[in-house]
Amino acid sequence: MQKRASAPPSRGSILTDPKIRGWVFQVLAVLTVAGFGWYLFQNTQTNLAQRGITSGFAFLNNTAGFGILQSLIEYTETDTYARVFVIGLLNTLLVSFLGIVFATILGFIIGIARLSPNWLISRLAAVYIEIFRNIPPLLQIFFWYFAVLRAMPSPRQSIVFFDTVFLNIRGLYLPAPSATGAYPAFIASVVIAVIVCIVISRWARALREATGQPFPVLVTCISLLVAMPAFTIVVFGNPFVWTLPELRGFNFVGGMAIIPELVALTFALTLYTAAFIAENVRSGIQAVSHGQTEAARSLGLRPGHTLRLVIIPQALRVIIPPLTSQYLNLAKNSSLAAAIGYPDLVSLFAGTVLNQTGQAIETIAITMSVYLAISLSISMIMNWYNKRIALVER
Amino acid sequence: MKFTKSTLAVTAAFAAIGLSTQAQAGATLDAVVNKGFVQCGVSDGLPGFSYTDASGQYRGIDVDVCRAVAAAVFGDANKVRFSPLTAKERFTALQSGEVDILSRNTTWTSSRDAGMGLNFAGVNYYDGQGFLVSKRLGVKSARELDGAAVCTQSGTTTELNLSDYFRANGMKYTPVNFDKSDETVKALEAGRCDVLTSDQSQLYAQRIKLAKPDDYMVLPEVISKEPLGPVVRQGDDEWFNIVRWTLFAMINAEELGVTSKNVEQEAKDSKKPDVRRLLGADGEYGKDLKLPKDWAVQIVKQVGNYGEAFERNVGMESELKIARGQNALWNKGGLQYAPPVR
Repeated sequence: MQKRASAPPSRGSILTDPKIRGWVFQVLAVLTVAGFGWYLFQNTQTNLAQRGITSGFAFLNNTAGFGILQSLIEYTETDTYARVFVIGLLNTLLVSFLGIVFATILGFIIGIARLSPNWLISRLAAVYIEIFRNIPPLLQIFFWYFAVLRAMPSPRQSIVFFDTVFLNIRGLYLPAPSATGAYPAFIASVVIAVIVCIVISRWARALREATGQPFPVLVTCISLLVAMPAFTIVVFGNPFVWTLPELRGFNFVGGMAIIPELVALTFALTLYTAAFIAENVRSGIQAVSHGQTEAARSLGLRPGHTLRLVIIPQALRVIIPPLTSQYLNLAKNSSLAAAIGYPDLVSLFAGTVLNQTGQAIETIAITMSVYLAISLSISMIMNWYNKRIALVER
Repeated sequence: MKFTKSTLAVTAAFAAIGLSTQAQAGATLDAVVNKGFVQCGVSDGLPGFSYTDASGQYRGIDVDVCRAVAAAVFGDANKVRFSPLTAKERFTALQSGEVDILSRNTTWTSSRDAGMGLNFAGVNYYDGQGFLVSKRLGVKSARELDGAAVCTQSGTTTELNLSDYFRANGMKYTPVNFDKSDETVKALEAGRCDVLTSDQSQLYAQRIKLAKPDDYMVLPEVISKEPLGPVVRQGDDEWFNIVRWTLFAMINAEELGVTSKNVEQEAKDSKKPDVRRLLGADGEYGKDLKLPKDWAVQIVKQVGNYGEAFERNVGMESELKIARGQNALWNKGGLQYAPPVR
């Protein structure tokens, strides 16, 4: 409603007043939506009660009573459904996180390779993109799981690396570290080294901006990160003891196991999403006008520096928004885990728990809100980053 | 006007999430009669219980329950349509009205019976959970399975029984869960797990799906009670009665010596009062069930009695060759017992 310069012309009736009419319709719209929501809720409740189907969230405190293949936190069969939910959520977050990290790295490499002046490299990148982008992710998951990882040997015929790492059809078995008394000192030294590095790099930047003098930040930091923890190991002793996996009975016991379901899912999601990210990166770089490259080169910057200091910072502004939606896609595609038995949120909570409790509406509602929350969080972080790198107009 | 519109929208929304069908007495039978067939939820491929044969026909002991209901209601055992369901989908499909009967090797438990708005109409197969292992492992008893990786189908009671058994015996295991029973078989064959656990009847069925069935064996231990039977929605007693008494009619027919071959003869000539009542020669017992007078005759003629269905699908006449055992009649040392028709 915009305010008029003179007094609004009275039309004699509130029915014809546009301001009041606007308000009335908005209130009506809100009431209709709220009423519809309330009606749905009420109707569902009544119908469930009428059919003798239990409803409510009390089931979350009941004992789950079934085993789970992979859990990042302690779990036994006597734990509750609520804990099963947390385990499923963590497994989903784990595979999404791994997928996002690897897909970003691979996507950037391929995207830049796609623009390489070398004919072979750029063709190979194009072939990669066209193949992986155009095959449905579910088929790629099946490929890695049923075609590739099912071909691994049995536990007794494991492929052995250095007598400590074992690869077989049940997964990759690695030595697991467990902390000793020297662990706190070790961690403290790493933290201090990182803080010192940050301080040094800030100081080096200030120095460069003030005087133009370069300072070898990278070399200094790497030496610090190696020297300080090494020093604590010499003084306090070894911070970890390694427990080795060992074949006992049917399977390997001890150590750390990376299950094939996780590997297949991470591979498939990474390769699929990386193809899209590569295209985003390519379009981002191509969006930076060629004049920028020529200007940088005529200033005497080397090709590597041109890319890193001139092109990429400008390309990122174009890359970040579509990159965000690729991250969202990856997180949502991780629910395809159910197809190969990776215990993610959908397979565990919206699968087994739903079946054992029979409370479909509650479990599905919880699962949907979790995916919504994950997606919105990714969006929020990426929007924040996007704002930070946006071009500051002067 | 506005009101009608929103009411329409609400109705549409509810039809969409499957809560619009009313669970009133009689509603299911009326709906079934109107559409002209019984919609039956079955397994997604389990030899002996429900599977499609070479000619695309559904066969199995669970399928026969649905055919028998169709024979009782329509006098035609072919007026059935089948919906293959996974273990996870089955209850939602029944609750939402997508199927009229769920006959899908489903274990009768208190939480399913009381907490999920379902009713079990009876038991058509007494089962128990067992283990299928490769003979190469050299395992003779389930007690030797400590540390094994175990494949199961998710969303079934087997997951719980498995965990209970290993906990009770102080053993550890790694669960590997798949959505479909075929996937568990493939995983066992590939060596992803050492053991496959499921109801024993299913293990026999799954064993013949393996490339080399003779390399695998079913361990002797039975670790649970699994009474399997047809399920209907709670709140429709009329339909519940029809399904329950269809099953009872098959069992009674076996007990009374009525078979698919002699049923028409018996219906005309039998002097035995029990047989006359079952086959509608005496009394109006079909009418009580809102079924035609010859309902039991049609069941036995078109589908067979319980013993015939058992032998044909899972017993000695089938590939599975499962002995009657607990599924023999009560007067032959088994558990199958049906109340009389009178």
